Amino acid sequence: MFDIFLLEAVINGILFGGVLALLALGLNLIFGVIDVVWICYAELIMIGMYAVYYLHAVYGWPLWLVFPLCILIVAFLGVLLHQFVIRPVLAAEPINQLLVTGGVLFFLQGVATLAFGVEFKNIGVQLPQIQLGELYLSAARLVAFVVALVSMVGLSLFLKRTYLGTAIRAIAQDRAVMPMMGVNPQRIFLITSALGGALAGLAACLLVLQYDIHPAIGLTFGPVVFLVCVLGGLGNLLGGFAAAFIFAQFISVGGYFFHLEWGYVIAFLFFIAAMFVKPQGLFGAKS
Amino acid sequence: MRWLPWIGVAALALIPFLGLGNYPLHLIILCLLWGFIYTGWAVMGRLGLTSLGHGAFLGIGAYVVVMCWNHFGLSPWIGTPIALVVAALVACIIGYPCFRLKIVGHYFALVTMALSEIARMVIVALRDQTGGSLGATPQTALADTSWSIAALQFSSKTVWFYIVLAFWLAGLWVWTRVDRSMARIALEAISQEEDAAASIGISVTRLKLTITIISALMTCVGGVLYAQYQLYINPETVSGIGVSLQMVFGAIAGGMYVRIGPTVGAVFTLLLAEVLRLALGHDIHGLDTMLYGLLLVLFIIFMPKGILGAAAQAWQRRHRAARTATVSN
Repeated sequence: MFDIFLLEAVINGILFGGVLALLALGLNLIFGVIDVVWICYAELIMIGMYAVYYLHAVYGWPLWLVFPLCILIVAFLGVLLHQFVIRPVLAAEPINQLLVTGGVLFFLQGVATLAFGVEFKNIGVQLPQIQLGELYLSAARLVAFVVALVSMVGLSLFLKRTYLGTAIRAIAQDRAVMPMMGVNPQRIFLITSALGGALAGLAACLLVLQYDIHPAIGLTFGPVVFLVCVLGGLGNLLGGFAAAFIFAQFISVGGYFFHLEWGYVIAFLFFIAAMFVKPQGLFGAKS
Repeated sequence: MRWLPWIGVAALALIPFLGLGNYPLHLIILCLLWGFIYTGWAVMGRLGLTSLGHGAFLGIGAYVVVMCWNHFGLSPWIGTPIALVVAALVACIIGYPCFRLKIVGHYFALVTMALSEIARMVIVALRDQTGGSLGATPQTALADTSWSIAALQFSSKTVWFYIVLAFWLAGLWVWTRVDRSMARIALEAISQEEDAAASIGISVTRLKLTITIISALMTCVGGVLYAQYQLYINPETVSGIGVSLQMVFGAIAGGMYVRIGPTVGAVFTLLLAEVLRLALGHDIHGLDTMLYGLLLVLFIIFMPKGILGAAAQAWQRRHRAARTATVSN
């Protein structure tokens, strides 16, 4: 028997994979270049979502103006994060770099609770459902999926074709040698942080169309994104992209057969099993 | 100086006789309880094994015991060993492959983070049994009595104070035992340079696994005590990434290289939250979390060895300066 709902789950999984892939993209870029995991990445997205909410739903600015602004704001946050939090601990033990952003996670959550309250907020923009025969698909997810693909391609073109992109890749490969070649690593780090922040801002614009905003929203998808990055091999853009779809399929189809939480449990168990088969991530290079 | 700790313990043991009232005593109990849990984390954390998965062990301790009691009528005296076995098994299932395949640093932190999220998700998903996000309460055995040893429920805070004090002291004893063992020296070597350690005949996997199981069991016991003392648990407070990070930060803030460092961290974080709440009232949400996060960032940047670590360093520096001064005179 052909199951239309299973097909819907699979397609939703693919679309959800697109969102996860976009989220993983920024994080992977940061890790690949600066060697730091932003544990607070999802909280930056949360701040971006609030920015959209306030500018659009409260102050009534049009969305075409609000979305670019949101991207700029979060990109700026990324720069601040690097300059004031990451930079002082760049020489410290690697695990301190991970933990310091954990402090930022609590800080941003606290700021959001303090400034915006704990109530769920919605920008009140609802994209329609798309009907394909008996299938119902969310247009918001479809848009997110397309944007994720476009930004993936855009980012790789930027990294491959431009001078700045080449410098970023070079720093990622050898941090010690590049200063001798006339590249200022600190500048590259700041640019990368801005880029990572911008990607978080972009993700915020897409997520705000699908989810209600609240201060703890980062915790609902943050852990999943880290696992996607590790599964794909930390710092590996393409690997993270592929892993996002695998992960999303487990969540979506597992959630269809059992319950949404079980979908996550199955995906996490798969993650742990995968780590034991390939500790450097499914697509990671052998180091 | 040798008798100083004993005087400290004796002074602590007298606290219930001071007539402090229930609320301060409650705070002291929480400090000792979380101090015990943070100490459990730091037993492995200070050796370079930064686990973000201890929320899972805390959750196993809290939920297994309460579920056994609520659904099967099994006393915590039976439930606790079951929880300990489960925690040890989980620690092995995660630890063995991790250590075998040399998953360290970021990767270890993130794999263990998956573990604590799995624990939280399983608790939420089993909502018919566990009550899901709403949490669970052990069925009370205190309806017509003020204490029940079989149910491990006591209405008196004084009783709880002594129970938690005993476990806290036991935790410090475990720390000391580990600290003075050859295993600690070997593990420190491993955390510096794993391959070199292995090459001189240190059994890396076995040592790491042993210390992980010790740490997991301590955390699990902490979960049992927490559930029995608070008589209310929910998936967010005993499992997941939030409480896992909280343990790491508690240990770091106090100073995880000193025996009572994690306890100092627990006192510091709890007092911070309480002082803020008293100063600002219940209405201002988020300020405590914000300051907590800010302080953690500052700690990791400026005081990575924690309060006690920094104090010890300052003390040594002054000491040395004083000595140099005497010599030059």
